Amino acid sequence: MSDTIPQVPHDPEASMYGPVTDWTTDFDHADPDYNRHAHEIWADLRETCPVAHTDRYGGTWLPVTHADVTRIAYDTEHFTSRSVVVSTAEQLAEAPIGGAPPITSDPPFHHHARRLLLPPFAPKQIDPWEDDVRSLCHELIDAMLEGMSDGVADDPDAGLTIDAAVQYAQHIPVNVIARMLGFPLEDADLFRGFVHDVLEGVNHDPAVRIAAFERLDAYLDVQIQDHVDNPRDDLTSFLMHSTIFDQPLSHEHVRGSIVLLLIAGIDTTWSAIGSSIWHLAGTPSDVQRLHAEPELWPTAIEEFLRAYAPVTMARMVAQDHDFNGCPMKKDEWVLLPFPAANLDPAEFERADEVLIDREVNRHAAFGLGIHRCLGSNLARLELRIAVETFVERFPEFELADPAAVRWSVGQIRGPRELPIKVLRRA
Amino acid sequence: MRIQIDSDKCQGHNRCYALAPELFDVDDYGSALVLNDGIVPAGLEDKARLAIANCPEFAIFEAD
Ligand code: HEM
Ligand code: SF4
Repeated sequence: MSDTIPQVPHDPEASMYGPVTDWTTDFDHADPDYNRHAHEIWADLRETCPVAHTDRYGGTWLPVTHADVTRIAYDTEHFTSRSVVVSTAEQLAEAPIGGAPPITSDPPFHHHARRLLLPPFAPKQIDPWEDDVRSLCHELIDAMLEGMSDGVADDPDAGLTIDAAVQYAQHIPVNVIARMLGFPLEDADLFRGFVHDVLEGVNHDPAVRIAAFERLDAYLDVQIQDHVDNPRDDLTSFLMHSTIFDQPLSHEHVRGSIVLLLIAGIDTTWSAIGSSIWHLAGTPSDVQRLHAEPELWPTAIEEFLRAYAPVTMARMVAQDHDFNGCPMKKDEWVLLPFPAANLDPAEFERADEVLIDREVNRHAAFGLGIHRCLGSNLARLELRIAVETFVERFPEFELADPAAVRWSVGQIRGPRELPIKVLRRA
Repeated sequence: MRIQIDSDKCQGHNRCYALAPELFDVDDYGSALVLNDGIVPAGLEDKARLAIANCPEFAIFEAD
């Protein structure tokens, strides 16, 4: 596995919109400043304008309180999941199935598309991956050390700077999902490219976006055909042989669900791992505490998920209606920032502090209601093992250069470049 | 103390099973069930309350 993956840098020039002038009336979740300053922006809006609106993307709302985010997540009548990524052009297949079931499906179809996928992601199916994930994390760290100039690998006191996002976090979920789906591991760069196109290129010219979706579909058609020619036991074959209402799934359903699994699991988990390491790099007292009190790991992981929840989802307004005094119009977008809900002081005590021993933590990082993250058991496993292994191998570390941290763009928030100076190696 | 799960509300977050495997199990679809008919063995009441307080869907409750 190559350890320096060239990143496609965010290109503000490609955006259809200019820089944001006012975060209350003209916000843009794909402006690089949004994720960089998300916590301040949400706190500010919570005080001044709890449901903001922008004309961008054909009209988009941004509720930031826990109460509003919850209410929308549970209200599948006024809000459809037909599309969950706010962008200039989405593939808008008809409700209730949508382009990537079950995430783009509405009731009652959603239930059936989701039920199909629940068993392979249930805890008892996911737990056995633990050893493989741990080995993968160790291999990534070994590869970083091997890549260092002579002598460094063997001298634990030699200074060492690594990129915890590029050389570590980004590889973990890609590798696991590629193995689950039975896709070539060498295509990892390609998968990250697809994820980038779908989730980060949201403000590009619609024609560019549509071409990106076509590339992804074409790639998956080849993979599905390969499973027809070489049958094997994996999630792709499982979907190809599944039925719904006693009928085999359509090719579009199989492909759409694979698109979802490929996209939903990758930069979400990579972001959660990266943000957790970013927090620890800036808070050495938490690292020391985790060494001294390893029983705090479970609450620490849930707290990282709360405080740095990586995933904002979206809905479309299903019918004109008034929401808390806001005149919402059919087909406008509504961002569903679970991360902002998790930071609402009306719901969480000391909401703006990261408390790794927080015992009561009813956070919504994996969503609420019928679309609860289907991969949450896998995501938690990958996050816990990845962060634990990092801290075990690198018992002391800090940010090499806080200004060099680069955050993602769009609805998934996490560090894409995260230079870390390792101060001590185990 | 006796606890119950509202299966219409449970979405399978599995916070309960992770926090208190002595009190909860999960089925093949990842939905939670209470063990022992929901009767909480003496000494595990705090764990039961912790599970109730961490369920994101408010699906676990104390039965009388
Ligand atoms: C830390 C990592 C992750 C976070 C924070 C996260 C978050 C979320 C959220 C908030 C939703 C709700 C969507 C909505 O309400 O519209 C969701 C749905 C989903 N996630 Fe995740 N996710 C993560 C990792 C994964 C992984 C690893 C997979 C699988 C490989 C996955 C698969 C899915 C699927 C299939 C859905 C759609 C479920 C449905 O619509 O019924 N996610 N995720
Ligand atoms: S924590 Fe709540 S929603 Fe999750 S499995 Fe347990 S009862 Fe169900």
